[in-house]
Amino acid sequence: MALLEIKDLHATVGEREILQGISLTVEAGEVHAIMGPNGSGKSTLAQVLAGRELYAVTGGQVLYQGQDLLAMPPEDRARAGIFLAFQYPVEIPGVSNMYFLKAALNAIRKQQGTDELDAFDFLNLVREKMTLLDMDQALLNRPVNTGFSGGEKKRNEIFQMAVLEPKLAILDETDSGLDIDALKLVAHGVNALRGAERSMIVVTHYQRLLNYIVPDYVHVLAEGRIVKSGGKELALQLEESGYAGLGIADEEEAVGKV
Amino acid sequence: MTAVAEQIGNWLSEFSAQAPAAPWVQKLRAAAFQRFTELGFPTTHDEEWRFTNVAPIARRPWRNPPGHPASGLPEEARRHLAQHAPQSNPFVALNTAFFTDVAFFHVSHGAVLDKPIEVTHQAAGGAAAYHPRTLILVGANAQCTIVETFEGAGSYFTNAVTEIVAGENAVVDHYKIQLESREAYHVATTQVQLGRSANFTTHSISVGGALVRNDVNAVLSEGAEATLNGLYLVNGSQHIDNHTVIDHAKPHGTSHELYKGILDGKSSAVFNGRIIVRKDAQKTDSKQTNKNLVLSDEAVIDTKPELQILADDVRCTHGATIGQLDSEALFYLQSRGIGKSDARSLLTYAFAQDIIDRIKVPELKDRLEKVLFERFHEHAQ
Ligand SMILES: Nc1ncnc2c1ncn2[C@@H]1O[C@H](COP(=O)(O)OP(=O)(O)O)[C@@H](O)[C@H]1O
Ligand SMILES: [Mg+2]
Repeated sequence: MALLEIKDLHATVGEREILQGISLTVEAGEVHAIMGPNGSGKSTLAQVLAGRELYAVTGGQVLYQGQDLLAMPPEDRARAGIFLAFQYPVEIPGVSNMYFLKAALNAIRKQQGTDELDAFDFLNLVREKMTLLDMDQALLNRPVNTGFSGGEKKRNEIFQMAVLEPKLAILDETDSGLDIDALKLVAHGVNALRGAERSMIVVTHYQRLLNYIVPDYVHVLAEGRIVKSGGKELALQLEESGYAGLGIADEEEAVGKV
Repeated sequence: MTAVAEQIGNWLSEFSAQAPAAPWVQKLRAAAFQRFTELGFPTTHDEEWRFTNVAPIARRPWRNPPGHPASGLPEEARRHLAQHAPQSNPFVALNTAFFTDVAFFHVSHGAVLDKPIEVTHQAAGGAAAYHPRTLILVGANAQCTIVETFEGAGSYFTNAVTEIVAGENAVVDHYKIQLESREAYHVATTQVQLGRSANFTTHSISVGGALVRNDVNAVLSEGAEATLNGLYLVNGSQHIDNHTVIDHAKPHGTSHELYKGILDGKSSAVFNGRIIVRKDAQKTDSKQTNKNLVLSDEAVIDTKPELQILADDVRCTHGATIGQLDSEALFYLQSRGIGKSDARSLLTYAFAQDIIDRIKVPELKDRLEKVLFERFHEHAQ
């Protein structure tokens, strides 16, 4: 049984259909990259998988470990091992990063039948993962993402992933806005978590990230459909010829060309 | 008999039945009662009471339990008692006509108190009316913390008046913690006179009560600084009305006001913040903010700033917001495994966090954190 099976998924916002029939199967341990121009629906797919109600699923099916994923509320998906690293992590003033992470970890552990971590073990775990991502420990006592730089927010996402140890991680443009050093750190953090039991969907706009996180499969998304799938060499091909080489218009490139 | 006369009639017989106090107190009482009979209870036609209908208080024949009539108050208390809180407010007049014991504190010149002055009012039900009266004189350069707590069980009416007079350069940190029973009526005026360069902070935390009205009035002398923090939580059919008046009477005064409200159920709340900058009060710096988190479709908030600015070289800003829980933040928390109701209470708590963080008395902060935590779990269900 595949870990994740997406079959002909359609989703809308208001009147507008954004996902127009997506099918994708992810086996345990695989890393799939999803590339595509701005506005092609990458974030929508990621958010629909995590359970954002803003998007209405109008057709298709998603099975996670053989279960109907779309019937589960977001917290149940997280507890079952799904993690979304947000493209735009949300600032939550008034809730400390530490409190938040502990609540999250314990909710997940409870579901999985493991004991809640005590304060000491929790702190040890957190320190270890912060070191992995070269993060400043002071961030723990700050409110979630509040006043963080763009890079700090992205690293905080991967840090959370490292602590929560999901079965399926969906990274939504975690590379965007990162300088090369930060990118390497994030990739290092992600690679440290790769394993036979952990699958990933790595959403990116740029091929650059895939030099560091080498995917098993690459899919190209355009206008809410997967228009091409291949191995890691597809990313390189895209790098050379651009989305235009596949006959896909990229809003951003178009703007750039004015 | 008209309804008004009937209402006053009950108070008249209660007034006549009072044990006599010292002659100077007796004089205050008589004048105040006279005033009260002239004014009567306010109605919603009264601009100051537009959104708060006190009929449930006015129409009940409250019993005034006997206390120890004020006696033995020193000369300086006489000079200040009932000289500051506005007798034009019928509830202040009523309190002045009926108070018995006075909680009087005098922090002498230059004294720095290391423990808070605590005044706790524990009310019992039985249709009783309580008129707690507090007078605190803080001498020049003195420093103190005052914690007033209101609690109780059953149905009763608390009608409190507190007068605080802070001398030159005094520093006062004041807390009014309202944890009345859910069947109680609570009306309170806190009147503050600030001397030159005095620094006053008040924290008004309102959690209980069926119908609550808080008036906080601060008058600032030259260079004085006033900080008014407020937090009000209402659910069910609770109603709370916070009226504040910051009167910049002299130049170079500063005021910061931040009131936050959390409304659920069919509750209602009023915030009315008046800032007066007198002609003389140049270089006044004043900032007022009222933020409301509305958790249900049926809760109602009326928020209104009232600026009366007569000086020209001043900086006054004000803003009010009314919002719901942030759905993106809610989703972010849920996407990490935190259940929806926990996520809601976490965000609700976070909204109140900055007011709670301003509480400098550790035991009080702990206590309120617990009260709020329990309350928000109730909200979240
Ligand atoms: N909340 C929303 N409301 C309206 N339109 C949306 C919303 N979210 C996404 N869209 C639209 O859906 C399309 C796909 O968006 P998105 O999934 O964010 O693309 P990508 O992540 O690939 O850049 C875009 O045209 C975007 O404007
Ligand atoms: Mg996106």
